[in-house]
Amino acid sequence: MSAGTVADHLYRRRRLANQLALTLATAATLFGVFWLIWILWTALSFGIGAMKWDLFTQMTPPPGSDGGLLNAFAGSLIMCLGAILIGTPIGIAAGTYLAEFTGRSRLGETIRFFNDILLSAPSIVLGLFIYELVVHQVGHFSAIAGALALALIVLPVVVRTTDEMLKLVPGQMREAALSLGVPQWKVTMQVLFRSALPGIVTGVLLALARISGETAPLLFTALNNQYWTTDLNAPMASIPVVIFQYAMSPYESWQQLAWAGAFVVTIFVLLLSLVSRAILLRNKVRND
Amino acid sequence: MTNAYVPLAAPSVVANPKTDILATPPKMSARNLDFYYDGFHALKGINLDIAERQITALIGPSGCGKSTLLRIFNRIYAIYPKLTAQGEVLLDGENILDPKYSLNRLRGRVGMVFQKPVPFPMSIYENIAYAIRHYEKLSKADLDVRVEQALVQGALWNEVKDKLKQSALGLSGGQQQRLCIARAVALKPDVLLLDEPTSALDPIATGKIEQLVAELKEHYTIAIVTHNMQQAARCSDYTAFMYLGELIEFGATDRLFTKPAKQQTEDYITGRFG
Repeated sequence: MSAGTVADHLYRRRRLANQLALTLATAATLFGVFWLIWILWTALSFGIGAMKWDLFTQMTPPPGSDGGLLNAFAGSLIMCLGAILIGTPIGIAAGTYLAEFTGRSRLGETIRFFNDILLSAPSIVLGLFIYELVVHQVGHFSAIAGALALALIVLPVVVRTTDEMLKLVPGQMREAALSLGVPQWKVTMQVLFRSALPGIVTGVLLALARISGETAPLLFTALNNQYWTTDLNAPMASIPVVIFQYAMSPYESWQQLAWAGAFVVTIFVLLLSLVSRAILLRNKVRND
Repeated sequence: MTNAYVPLAAPSVVANPKTDILATPPKMSARNLDFYYDGFHALKGINLDIAERQITALIGPSGCGKSTLLRIFNRIYAIYPKLTAQGEVLLDGENILDPKYSLNRLRGRVGMVFQKPVPFPMSIYENIAYAIRHYEKLSKADLDVRVEQALVQGALWNEVKDKLKQSALGLSGGQQQRLCIARAVALKPDVLLLDEPTSALDPIATGKIEQLVAELKEHYTIAIVTHNMQQAARCSDYTAFMYLGELIEFGATDRLFTKPAKQQTEDYITGRFG
């Protein structure tokens, strides 16, 4: 065989292997995207039909009658914001500690390991934990307990993003700021946070997207409430729990409301993802 | 010569006592300086004088310890664990390695510019003002003057005077590096440490930085680490050649590059290794 044909042979084989790998990868992508689109399509097509203005003005109805989801929207908003307010500061502080003060030390890696466990802990377990810790002790379900359970989901996400985003800040920026004689805490607060902020905000938004659809942690912490309430010490309605309850019911009007709720949550999560994408993208363009 | 200072404790590495004497007194001196990276002996008994308001270049192959040496001069190495320096580094006769020597004071007197331009993620104005505010309480008007002075010294004022409020991240690489130099001189330090300041820049930006460094010599004592031997030859007054953690040869740049006294120096500057 001459050198030319060996090269041709090799080239053909590589091209074939390349095509095979490309085909498999494309098929895998299409498989994943197919389900995603189907889910979205189902939520949208059923949801759009169920959309009506009453959704945002009326309370959840008793079986068989018409109504809206106002109290559930309000409850979800209150508990999600509560969870973000509790989880974000603690998460940012802990992530900063990990990235800036422990580095690659054994202590830091151990904390990261446990944080990752918390990150992937089943949310129903977190709900049970708060049930035992708060609901059981206090004696009744409450919005506070719900917010706490959601905060346990927010916390590891924010710790992780803060840690990662601060580690992405080039070491020379740290050195440059420190070499001006500025103390480390000021460097962290005034220089590094500015650099990492878009990433951290994105992390918080994604955490918000995640908890706005969480049902399990709310089932036995905030429970549900058929009426309007802003009392944090009382049971509170939330969209995911209402969807869960209404979708399971035999009543047509309740099922319609469940689809409408699913539609709104899906759009909300979609928007949050888009906004966080936009923040990251804008920052990337600015840095390039 | 009246203005002549023999480099103090470096007799073994000073080849020619006639030409290798310093034109000005030493501003910073390393005395029997050893440095360890977690047990690895990175610098071995360094004795070196950095002459006041002169440019001293540190050259040598990768890993020879030139950046390490520079990073001891403002104790920036101390932000990482397990690094230790032994011996003395004198700044105007005071040992800066003494734990009692305040880091704040040291870093106000010894500024540093790094390989990669690292403007802070804020406006051009704030980049300079941030550093100044940490040391001095100034009125808005005084601060404006200081920022302008620093940017003029950094040879950047004409390019940015109309966009001081814009983000510094929008500047080109060369402008960003001049901003970093301006930020360092804004504190009015005595010494300026430049750690391969042009290795991330194109030739034109490099030329501007070199010209700027030559101008800054009038006010500041400068130590520059460079991989580029032409750069060392072009812009420094004195050159220290290091190899494997030791100072091999020190002397006037013209002499060292034309008549190296040590075989290793000659091999390096003629490109036989490195």
